[in-house]
Amino acid sequence: MTTFSTDLGIEGLKSETDRLFARKRIINFALPVLVLLYLGYVFFAFEIPALWQKASIENARTLVSDSYSYKTHVTRDNRDASVSVAIEGERKGAYPDGMSPEWVSLGETTVIDLEDGHVVRFGPETIEYDIPGYGLIRATPSRSKGVQAELPAGPVPEWINVSKNRLAIKTEAGRLTVTRNRSEVFRYFTGWELFFFTLDSPYHGMSLPDLAGRAVSGEAGAIFNDFWTNKMWRHQDVAWAIVETLLMAFLGTLGAGLVALPLAFLATRNFMPIRAIRFATRRVFDFVRGVDSLIWTVVLSRAFGPGPLTGALAILVTDTGTFGKIFSEALENVDQKQIEGVQSTGARAIQRYRFGVIPQVTPVLLSQLLYFLESNTRSATIIGAITGGGIGLLLTQAIITQKDWEEVAYYIVLIILMVMLMDWFSGWLRRRLIKGEVSEKKAKRKSAKA
Amino acid sequence: MADLSAAPNMSVDQIRESYTALTRRKRVYGGILLVVFVALMAAGFRTADDRNAGSFSDGIGRLFDYPAEVLGEAAEKIALMPGHMAHFFPALVETLNIAAASTLIGALAGTVLSLLSTRGMARWPRLIPVFRRIMDICRAIPEIVIALVLIFLLGGGPVPAMIAIAIHTAGALGKLFSEVNENASLKPVEGLQSVGATWAQRMFLGVIPQVGPNYVSYALLRFEINIRASAILGFVGAGGIGYELRNSMSWGQGRYDEAAAIFVLLFATIVIVDQASGHLRDRLTHGAKA
Repeated sequence: MTTFSTDLGIEGLKSETDRLFARKRIINFALPVLVLLYLGYVFFAFEIPALWQKASIENARTLVSDSYSYKTHVTRDNRDASVSVAIEGERKGAYPDGMSPEWVSLGETTVIDLEDGHVVRFGPETIEYDIPGYGLIRATPSRSKGVQAELPAGPVPEWINVSKNRLAIKTEAGRLTVTRNRSEVFRYFTGWELFFFTLDSPYHGMSLPDLAGRAVSGEAGAIFNDFWTNKMWRHQDVAWAIVETLLMAFLGTLGAGLVALPLAFLATRNFMPIRAIRFATRRVFDFVRGVDSLIWTVVLSRAFGPGPLTGALAILVTDTGTFGKIFSEALENVDQKQIEGVQSTGARAIQRYRFGVIPQVTPVLLSQLLYFLESNTRSATIIGAITGGGIGLLLTQAIITQKDWEEVAYYIVLIILMVMLMDWFSGWLRRRLIKGEVSEKKAKRKSAKA
Repeated sequence: MADLSAAPNMSVDQIRESYTALTRRKRVYGGILLVVFVALMAAGFRTADDRNAGSFSDGIGRLFDYPAEVLGEAAEKIALMPGHMAHFFPALVETLNIAAASTLIGALAGTVLSLLSTRGMARWPRLIPVFRRIMDICRAIPEIVIALVLIFLLGGGPVPAMIAIAIHTAGALGKLFSEVNENASLKPVEGLQSVGATWAQRMFLGVIPQVGPNYVSYALLRFEINIRASAILGFVGAGGIGYELRNSMSWGQGRYDEAAAIFVLLFATIVIVDQASGHLRDRLTHGAKA
């Protein structure tokens, strides 16, 4: 607030007001201009104009389409004319020999029905693709002459790519690639393939009522086992990874609370009369906080190797500094009267702390712990990606392969659900444990940092 | 708290009896909670220890080996230290730029989101829950998820980290800002509305001046956090000082002096920014000490 001195006349007040207005006007324009200038500088410092060339639209397309769909590969080895069918072309998704989905009929001539009239035939010698509205494409691969393609007359459309050794056709219904060594058809489906059971499980393709019926008749264990050990989606590993991540957050946060509480007493003016110790403890807190979780993670993973324990310790060490600071502030604000009251009944030192101090700071402590528990669930994901543990590791691994985007999407959904669940849980627990809106509001302000 | 004044016609003995019963029950509950808590901690520690590559008891002795190695090598080559620092300074500036730009963008987006989701200020009152959910989701996604996906799409560099942190910041600040908005007076807004101001004018002239200092204080706090976040994201491939740290660490022995220089730079930056922003925030919330 700006106040004017009271001894000013009308003229004086007016000129004073004018000056104030002029200054405010300048500030109001100068601030947005500064922000804009800075963003402009960042725009060029980060080389954003060059980014468009680097950005890969192709990658974006595969990522998006892969995250909600999957493809089944029908592959013909052109050397021995054997045909195999595999989901995503992976060995763990392969159909057993002689088995195929209903839209593929194996035989001397394998017929692949891509629907809407699109039919691909793997003959003994020749590959044929019948495209409605265009015509029949024939290709004969051989080791000596490469791929000999016969297209209908007229110009070659852009979705067909033909060269001496390769024929690639991309249509709405699917994709056909013929090279000298193999011919391959991709057919796309929406959904996450084999999410519940892999092909080698007897329960694959069963409807829900069927499964429920079998479960009731005593096969529940086997059904669960097949789901749990699904090689494609590895539900068991994923569940463990989530548990590890939550464990890191839990152990780290509560461990930090346990370590920080006694240390916090050493850093307060009212409980620690010796100045040097107070000062030293505070500097220790500052140091631990300043070193940052990244450096702690790096140092600790050298000593303990990858895994959840390392992540938990990294969180523990970093948060000890933060908690130490918050707790010691809370302890400095305790009401001395309550302690004196306890003392007047003849309580010993330890009882004074137990009944005079702890009840006063418990709400602040608990709400801080719970806030950090939630935010550390997120940190644990990140730390897991660095130290190698938990869902963060699975996520980075899936992204590095650059093809299992459906798994990436699955993990992202799980992570978001996990964090939101922890958010809800810690909020619920806080409301149960601490009744009193005022202390909660105050704690919220302080924990804004989390 | 037990309400002891509820029954005024109880005798002293009765009061004492009910009080001791209450305390006993409380103590039992507290004891059970404590046991459960200790058991959970112990079991959790055991599990984490089992699933870790190296065990706690082995590692604790080696805890200071790596820092000692790094510091030892840095001490040997202390003469090279200023050179290394100068070399890595641009990377540090990049990390700071990522943090600053993402805080700015996040704060702007958070401001809009918070205004749209506060009762009495929202442009479309029916969409308040929608904007709240958007903020919740922005907050729940860890930065690393967005950063890794964007690195795949845009290639490595500062931009994926900036976008990732900005999204998270928008969610986190949006929530804090909307709490601030709830305490703002609606009278200026109504006054502006009565003279025919548009929504943007009402917000910019009626609300922002009231909440500005609090916004800036929260944004500064977020800037501190975002420096740490951008250093970490650099470590997974998003440029800046974290990226340099990973490189110099993967060189291994013989190049630890570089890692040490980066440690020192990062530490100094975090401490300086923490102190400066703490000081500024204190002035913003408690007013200048004249």
